Amino acid sequence: MSIDYIYSEFEVVRNQNRCTNCRACEKQCANGVHYFDNDKKIMLADESKCVNCQRCVSFCPTHALKIVKSDCSFRENANWSEQTIKEIYKQANSGGVLLSSMGNPNKLPVYFDRILINASQVTNPSIDPLREPMETKVFLGKKPSSIKRDENGEIINNLTPQLELSIPVMFAAMSYGSVSYNTHKSLAMAASKLGILYNTGEGGLHEDFYVYGDNTIVQVASGRFGVHEKYLEAGKAIEIKMGQGAKPGIGGHLPGTKIVGDVSRTRMIPEGSDAISPAPHHDIYSIEDLRQLVYSLKEATKYKKPIIVKVATVHNIAAIASGIARSGADIIAIDGFRGGTGAAPTRIRDNVGIPVELALAAVDKRLRAEGIRNNISLIVGGSIRSAADVVKAIALGADACYIGTAALLALGCHLCRACQIGKCNWGIATQNPELVKRLDPELGSKRLINLMTAWKHEIKEFMGSMGINSIEALRGNRLMLRGIGLNQKELDILGISHAGE
Amino acid sequence: MITIDAKNTRFDSLNETIRNSNDDVEIVNCLGQRFIGAGLSNKSLTIKGTPGNALGAYLNGANIEIYGNVQDAVGDTMNDGEIIVHGSIGDAAGYAMRGGKIFVKGNAGYRAGIHMKAYKEKIPVLVIGGTTGSFLGEYQAGGIIIVLGIDSKKNIVGNFPCTGMHGGKMLLRSTCDKISFPKNVNTRAATKEDLDEVITYIKEFCKCFGYNESEILNEKWTLVSPDSNNPYKQMYVQN
Repeated sequence: MSIDYIYSEFEVVRNQNRCTNCRACEKQCANGVHYFDNDKKIMLADESKCVNCQRCVSFCPTHALKIVKSDCSFRENANWSEQTIKEIYKQANSGGVLLSSMGNPNKLPVYFDRILINASQVTNPSIDPLREPMETKVFLGKKPSSIKRDENGEIINNLTPQLELSIPVMFAAMSYGSVSYNTHKSLAMAASKLGILYNTGEGGLHEDFYVYGDNTIVQVASGRFGVHEKYLEAGKAIEIKMGQGAKPGIGGHLPGTKIVGDVSRTRMIPEGSDAISPAPHHDIYSIEDLRQLVYSLKEATKYKKPIIVKVATVHNIAAIASGIARSGADIIAIDGFRGGTGAAPTRIRDNVGIPVELALAAVDKRLRAEGIRNNISLIVGGSIRSAADVVKAIALGADACYIGTAALLALGCHLCRACQIGKCNWGIATQNPELVKRLDPELGSKRLINLMTAWKHEIKEFMGSMGINSIEALRGNRLMLRGIGLNQKELDILGISHAGE
Repeated sequence: MITIDAKNTRFDSLNETIRNSNDDVEIVNCLGQRFIGAGLSNKSLTIKGTPGNALGAYLNGANIEIYGNVQDAVGDTMNDGEIIVHGSIGDAAGYAMRGGKIFVKGNAGYRAGIHMKAYKEKIPVLVIGGTTGSFLGEYQAGGIIIVLGIDSKKNIVGNFPCTGMHGGKMLLRSTCDKISFPKNVNTRAATKEDLDEVITYIKEFCKCFGYNESEILNEKWTLVSPDSNNPYKQMYVQN
């Protein structure tokens, strides 16, 4: 064999005693791993094509299959990991930039896991959410700094448009094109039933989903795909995407192979042409320029829609957020470096940006210090994995959270991290019609509703245990948090005390 | 038609008046008000003076004619309609434009026609009578950019045109000898057939500003087109 031959990362283990040659695995695998050997009359596997998406395992009627990590490995080396060596071979062979998907998988600190939540004992009694009302509703948007009254003493409504959410969780931006029609439909249906919002991402809005407009955030990114007056009017809010946690500072390239049929029409670019989102917005070089885009969107939609500005968490995030808060935007969304993606250069994904927990704490602190925290709401994403993360994020200063990866997991994603290949066996990150139809939007939306309903109960339990009956009373309430195993600098940035203090 | 005197009027109240008018609108004494005609459809605006940035952003079918110069970001993400400028325009004109037409008698600043796109019969057109600054048509994904260089001694376009261009085409009324184009585009002398394909836009330009069509056509032209619709295909390796 050649220098570049690498033994398969995964092995397909088939229990021949259980296998009935029903060939379900073969039908389920778009990567072409499984095949029937006519001579031997048994199923065999070409493991080199396996991405470990677990589809065949889930669908094997006799549970005859499992996928395991191959134990064929290079000599152990703490400096040169197997992954690093393989990446060098790939690049030496191809000259290509390494392309990956989903969030940063590396062993970097997850601060959420180093933060513990408080509970009431004896004094300030805890509340039982099963017997007392608990408010999880939040409103996103600017809050007026003063009450104005007319000559009769009646309050003048000077409230700018707000987003009302039944729980402080929304579905993060994932574009039609990077994900399938049925994924968008599942998210849209679930959001409308839950009283929250989903986000179109930068690929435009399919005409079938305009009916979910009241539960839709429409995104405007540097490529401006599918952006027109009707699209802007369709959503409840407009998000300007300046950056994405998985790939801060770089643009996006949706390959021409994914620009087919409705994706092409929705993005308004020809079939087969790459969809290129330039790294910057070429008309935004300053906060003043951002302000111009914010106000042009407000003018085009008659000041009826809150404007969100989404940025990746980078080193100077607090100063950047302060600028955004002064740009006329109503909401800031900050996306942490563990946020997911349909495709990003591996090196960028794994090395650029900072953890969202630190960014969130820094942004909230800065906006409070400058007296402008109420001018703007704060959404965090990348990555929020559970109701506990939501509660911690809110106590660190967030108004609401975006979930992307967690929502996809609810739809069947097994985090094989091969979205960029476009052959998602779960019907999520693909445009192949045969694969897309594997995701049933009715079932998908039901599973999303289940997940959010479960989180809502858990959030209420947390709130009750802290003796808090309104989620808004938890926002920025860092006294409810303690760090564990963190150094003083980390605690200072997070604005929390160490456990035991 | 109603006439609005824009003197000492803020942009938001001016634009509200325009939106609420059931009639065509003439604006006089316009001086720097931004976002005029944002998202507007089914209306004609005539502007005397100098409108501010983002004139006709997301324009959706309205017609705007300006007797004066225009500042930056005219026709940003424009979808349909027509903008006719009897003067020059600033930077970042027609950014991500996806339909409609912009005709400019004079010059354009930097970054004109960035990421213009097209889909089937929806083809945006940007025609500049004079010259343009640097970075013309970066990331152009579709549509037609025409630069005429009328009465100009300068290069017809500035530095670094067409970076990342992957769709659409550009017709420049010049031999473009002194202009360096990137590797990702093909340039060649335009033929009569090439010009015939865009003749309606040239005719329309001449009609707007009173030029003689045959004089405009009777010059050496260059056609610029991308060499691939998939410029980044070879750049990546799956990891």
